[in-house]
Amino acid sequence: MSNIITVKKGFDIKIIGEAENNILYPKVDSYAIKPQDYIGVIPKMMVKEGDRVKAGSPIFYAKHNERILFTSPVSGEVQSIKRGEKRVIEEVIIIPEQTQDYEDFGKDPLVSMNREDVVEKLLKSGLWTLIRKRPYSVITNPEKSPKCIIISGFDSSPLAPDYNFLLKGKAAQLQLGVDVLRKLTKGKIHVNVSYEKTTCDELLKIEGAQINKFKGPHPAGNISVQIANLDPINKGDSVWYIDAQDLAMIGHLFATGRVEMDKLIALVGNEVLNPKYYKLKSGASLTNILEGNTNKENHLRYISGTVLTGKAITKDGYLGAYDNLVSVIREGDYYEFLGWVLPGLKKFSLYRIFLSGFINLLPKQFRNPVDIDTNLHGGKRALVITGEFEKVLPLDIYPMQLIKACIIEDIDLMEELGIYEVDAEDFALCEVVDVSKTEIQEIIRNGLELMRKELGE
Amino acid sequence: MKWVKNIIDNLKPNFSKGGKFPWLHSTFDAFETFAFVPKTTTKTGAHFRDANDMKRTMFLVVIALVPALLVGTYNIGYQHFHSLDTSIGLFDNIWENLWFGIVKILPIVLISYIVGLGIEFAFAQWRGHEVNEGYLVTGMLIPLVMPPDVPLWQLTLAIIFAVIIGKEVFGGTGMNFLNPALLARAFLFFAFPSSMSGDKVWIAEKADAFSGATPLAEMMVGGHHPSLSFLDMVIGFMPGSIGETSVIAILLGGILLLITGIANWRIMLSVFLGGTFMGLIFNFFGSNSYTQLPFYYHFVMGGFMFGAVFMATDPVTASQTNRGKWIYGFLIGLMAVLIRVVNPAYPEGMMLSILLLNVFAPLIDYFVVDSNIRKRKKRWNLKGGENV
Repeated sequence: MSNIITVKKGFDIKIIGEAENNILYPKVDSYAIKPQDYIGVIPKMMVKEGDRVKAGSPIFYAKHNERILFTSPVSGEVQSIKRGEKRVIEEVIIIPEQTQDYEDFGKDPLVSMNREDVVEKLLKSGLWTLIRKRPYSVITNPEKSPKCIIISGFDSSPLAPDYNFLLKGKAAQLQLGVDVLRKLTKGKIHVNVSYEKTTCDELLKIEGAQINKFKGPHPAGNISVQIANLDPINKGDSVWYIDAQDLAMIGHLFATGRVEMDKLIALVGNEVLNPKYYKLKSGASLTNILEGNTNKENHLRYISGTVLTGKAITKDGYLGAYDNLVSVIREGDYYEFLGWVLPGLKKFSLYRIFLSGFINLLPKQFRNPVDIDTNLHGGKRALVITGEFEKVLPLDIYPMQLIKACIIEDIDLMEELGIYEVDAEDFALCEVVDVSKTEIQEIIRNGLELMRKELGE
Repeated sequence: MKWVKNIIDNLKPNFSKGGKFPWLHSTFDAFETFAFVPKTTTKTGAHFRDANDMKRTMFLVVIALVPALLVGTYNIGYQHFHSLDTSIGLFDNIWENLWFGIVKILPIVLISYIVGLGIEFAFAQWRGHEVNEGYLVTGMLIPLVMPPDVPLWQLTLAIIFAVIIGKEVFGGTGMNFLNPALLARAFLFFAFPSSMSGDKVWIAEKADAFSGATPLAEMMVGGHHPSLSFLDMVIGFMPGSIGETSVIAILLGGILLLITGIANWRIMLSVFLGGTFMGLIFNFFGSNSYTQLPFYYHFVMGGFMFGAVFMATDPVTASQTNRGKWIYGFLIGLMAVLIRVVNPAYPEGMMLSILLLNVFAPLIDYFVVDSNIRKRKKRWNLKGGENV
C-alpha cells in the first residue's frame, strides 16, 4: 500500500560538499550526553564523576517524569559533568573502555509482551527518548498514546544523508522496530519516504505500516509537512515520530537485548576535504573525524545537524542526539565593499534581484551546487517584504501572522493560527529568504515553549 | 578597497559610545554599511542566509524609478518651452529642455532626501536602531508625484508631516499603514488646494495664455475627451505630476520590478482588473462623455499607471496575504476609476483610492486570516480534539 503525496512549495538548495557513499570507522575517544538536545528536559543525575557505566546504563532522568531515563551509549567511565551558567548541566562526558560491556534488557519475544512491557523496556534502555511528539517536538509521555506514529525515512534538507545508504542491511531491525511501535498505538504507523530518492527495500518493503511517498522540494521531509498531508494535528492531538535510523536501534534492542546506538552519519559541507559517511555511536566526539579533514585556511562553522536547523558546535564538540549529519561551512566574518550593489553571479539568493537568482528558475538537476558561508548579508530590519515566506512554506498557515503572534506572545492567536502544526525547523527556509534578517526559528521556538509552559503538553 | 575600510575603521571610535559624536552613531552606521556589507554572521537558526537584503531591495526600486525620473525631467523642460511657444517640437531643443528640467527637479529631489533622511536618521538614533532603507524609495517617489511647480516650502512641510505623522509615530518603516509618499501628496492636496489644483501647477513657469490642463482636468472640467491621442498619453509628454506622465517609462520600471519579483504581480494585475471592471460598467451604462470614455484611457491618464506599479505594490501598506492582495488591488483600481468619474471635486482618484485601501488593507487581511482560523477550528471540532 503506498500513497503518493505532492508538496508544491519549498525549495531544494543544492550546496557544495555532499557526502560520497563510502564508510569510515573512526576511533572515538569520548562521548557526551547533552541534556539540552532534549527540549524541556531538566536532568537529574544518577551517576557521579568517576562512576563506571555500561552501554545502556542510566546517566540521568528527566525531572518532569522520572521514568524517562537517558542512558550511556558506551561502557566506560563518567569523566566529567560539565556545567554552564546557573549550574545548568551541559555535557556528561564518558570515556569508553577497550572492551564494551552491555546492560542486558532481555530477549523476550515481542508477541508475549503487552504495551506496558514494551514501554517499560524502551524507558529502561533509554531508547524511549528517540520517540518525540508533535506539537512541541518533546520526548513523548509514556502514559499517553498518539493518534499515529510517523517514521521519518528521508531528509530533504540541503546536504542531507542518503537514507538508502544509512539503512542498508537494517531491514530486520526496522521491521522489528515497526512491530514495537504497533504496540504503542492503535492508530496508523506511517513510513514516510521520498518519491524521488528512496529506492531501498529496507523501507519500501516494511509490513504493518502505511508507506507514503513524498514528492517535491524541501521541506517535504519535515514532519509537520508530512503530518499536515496525512492527518493534520488538531488541538489536543499528539502525533509521535521517530527517525528511521533510531528505529533500527529499537529493533536491535528487542532482537538482542542490548543498547547499541550505532548510526551512520554524514560529514558534509563546502569546507570538508573528503565528505564521507562515518560509523559512530550517538553522542560521539567529533574531534577525530574533523581533525585534518577540513579546510585550514578559513574560519569554520561546525554544525551538528543540517545547515538550516543544526546547532553550532566547537571543533571538539559532540554529535547531537537526533542528528544524522555534521556540516562544516565557512564563517562569513568578512566585510564586502559595496556588496549589496554587485550583480552577484556567485551569490546565493532565491531572489531574482541577483543574477544568480535566475539560476533557481531551472529544475534542480540543472543547477550547480552553491557555495555558502555564515554571513548575514545585511542588517536586521523590521519585517517589510511580504509574500516571500508563503513561497517556501507548504503548510496552510499564514507565516507572517504567526511569527508576529509569537513576537507579541499572544497565546490565543498563536493557537488559532496553527502553532500546534509547526516546529521551528519548518521556518528555516523563511529565515533564509527573509530580507529583514529576522531570527524566525528562534521566534517560533520561543512561541512553542511559551505555549508548552502555559498550557502544558 | 582596503584603504576605504581603514578610513572608516579609524573614524569609527569617534561615533561610538564615549567618542566625540555618539549622537551620530546611527548616521555613521548607515554610511558604513552603505560602503561595506557588515561582517555579521548568523548566530541561531539557519546558518546561512540569502544574499538579498533591505538595501539591495530598496535600491532596485530606486533604479526602477529612474526611467520615469528621466522622462519626467525632460518633460518639465519640454512643457515649459512648449507653453511659451506651441510651435516648438518635442526634440527641437533637447539640451535646453533637459537643463530646465534638471534645474527644476534637483531642488525637489534634494529637499525630499535631505528633509526625509534627516528625520529618519534622527529617529533611528533616538531609538538606537540602524537606519532603515525604506526612505531611499520614498525619497524618490515624493518628487515624482509632485507637480513641477510645487512651492518648496510647502513640499518641505508635506515631507515633515508624511514622515513623522505617517511613519515615525507608528514605529518607522515597516510599521506605517499609509504610504508616506502619497501621504505627502495628499497633505499638499488638502492643505494647499490652490497650489495643487487648477491648470497652473502642472507646467513649470507656464505662460499664462497656454491652457496646460491635464487630460484628467479636461475630462472633468471640460467634459470632453482629452485633446491628446491615446498613443500620445502612453508616450507621456503632457502636463502632469513629474513622474506620472509617461506610461512607457513607468512600465520599464514595472517590468524590472516584476522580473526581479520585488513588486507583487498579484497587486499590479488586480489593480488593472479592478480598473477595467469599473470602467466597463461605466462604459455599459454610460450617459455622459466621462462614463463613455473607453476604460483603457484611465490607465494612461493621470497617476493610474504610476500608482499601480509603484504605490499600490508597497509591501508595508498593502495587504500582506496573497488572497488579500487580490482584493486590495482590485478595489484600488475600482475605486480610482469610480472617484475620477463620479466625484465632482477631485480630478485624480488614484491617490485617494490607494490611501483609502491602505487603511482597509489590515481589515482585508483580518478576514482572509480569519477564514483560515475558522477552517482550523472547524477541523478541530469535526475530529473532536480533547480540549475544544
